[in-house]
Amino acid sequence: MNLFTHIGKYLLMLKGMFSKPENPKLYWKEFMHQCSEIGVGSLGIVVIISFFMGAVSALQAVYQIVNPLISKTIIPQIVRDTVILEFAPTLICIVLAGVIGSKIASELGNMRVSEQIDALEIMGINSKTYLVMPKIVAAIVMIPMLVILSMVLGIAGGRITAVASGVVSAETYDRGLIELFLPYNVFFAMMKAYTFAFIISSVPAYFGYNVSGGSLEIGRSSTKSVVVSCVLILVADYILAQLLL
Amino acid sequence: MIEFKNIVKKFGDKLVLNDVSHKMETGKTNLIIGTSGSGKTVLQKCLVGLFEPDAGEIIYDGTSFTQMSEDDRKLLRQQIGMLFQGSALFDSMTVEDNIKFPLDMFTKDKQQEKLKRVNEVLERVNLIGSNKKFPAELSGGMKKRVGIARAIVLNPKFLFCDEPNSGLDPQTSMLIDKLISDITRDYKMTTIINTHDMNSVMEIGDNILYLKDGKKEWTGNSKDIIFSENKNLNQFIFASEFLQDAKLHRMMEAKK
Repeated sequence: MNLFTHIGKYLLMLKGMFSKPENPKLYWKEFMHQCSEIGVGSLGIVVIISFFMGAVSALQAVYQIVNPLISKTIIPQIVRDTVILEFAPTLICIVLAGVIGSKIASELGNMRVSEQIDALEIMGINSKTYLVMPKIVAAIVMIPMLVILSMVLGIAGGRITAVASGVVSAETYDRGLIELFLPYNVFFAMMKAYTFAFIISSVPAYFGYNVSGGSLEIGRSSTKSVVVSCVLILVADYILAQLLL
Repeated sequence: MIEFKNIVKKFGDKLVLNDVSHKMETGKTNLIIGTSGSGKTVLQKCLVGLFEPDAGEIIYDGTSFTQMSEDDRKLLRQQIGMLFQGSALFDSMTVEDNIKFPLDMFTKDKQQEKLKRVNEVLERVNLIGSNKKFPAELSGGMKKRVGIARAIVLNPKFLFCDEPNSGLDPQTSMLIDKLISDITRDYKMTTIINTHDMNSVMEIGDNILYLKDGKKEWTGNSKDIIFSENKNLNQFIFASEFLQDAKLHRMMEAKK
């Protein structure tokens, strides 16, 4: 299959998701289940990565800015802007592409290979609406929340290490955080989070939903979905930066 | 009744079904038999709409399935139950939830009524007390029975079974065959079974379609098979010496 066939099939899958739910209660239940899987399930890794990401950025900023003529408030500003603009939305989403993406692809792949998707279709249920749609909507709802949490934890991690290093006082760090703050940066980060959330959920869903073969193919499609999602996140990151900054 | 006329299905250049026509009768166990790769599963998947035939027509009780809109097909599918080769039970759900799933999706019954219906079908397939088990905790035969229970929970008019005996021991196979046959008669369903299990052919074959290389080679019932002179069919059905002896025995019994 060439690239255009994949794009065409991917778009058809997205189009096929939109149909009237047979029983909205069951779809809501599935949506809530996916919110829990995607949001709560990824909480641990997001907390750990965000905290250390902020801590390391603070230490590197302290290490590079040794000039006594430069105000110490620049350190929290560097941590804040790198975390909000790039680390929280992009780095966290790349990690989530691995965590969530492989899970979605392997879950759907297994359902395809074991004929569970065919069973849904035979029952008269639109399997794309029931299986794919809740995953994408849940990702679009939960991933931006995880990104906001990551921003907070990254900045907090930076504060703890910067203060612990003795170079910046807590007051200076807090003052620096609010100096020259651009709320637009948060808007930009959220735009990235929504875009990446769509990529992280829809691309693995496509690869998982269209698996053919056996367990080996499930593994392959899972790996492929993570690689393609990561590349698409980086491309989308560049395009959004070019368009919005 | 399900009738299909001149069904043709190709995958790339490979012709898998070549002008196959037949009628599947109501209240009978209709068997599609043939060697592996003869097109049985593809034909069954065409009949339920998982594959689109390249040519031909499929008619369910006088209504053309091939010309139906997707919405009408969805409605018709609520009257179709299917038992898959690997049972296709939802791994994350218990036996009870698996069987209740079509009821949750398509009926507005109260929870108690749904549970009553689940217990009724579990009793029908002799699996009372397995409600809270997960598919991973069940044997192959039990999975098949749960698959049958899920397939019949909405009282379908049409039941499709894809190799219901595969991977089962002879005794369990016979139980599954008897169960399908009894359900077909009791609920007056049109049942279509894909199989290459000779016991099934001889015991429950009311209406048999034999496919060879994607073409209709022979039709009849389990009694006709004994006296059939079709060379390909005889080679397929009575492949071993044991089965040839069984055929002679049945012929003698029939003549008596």
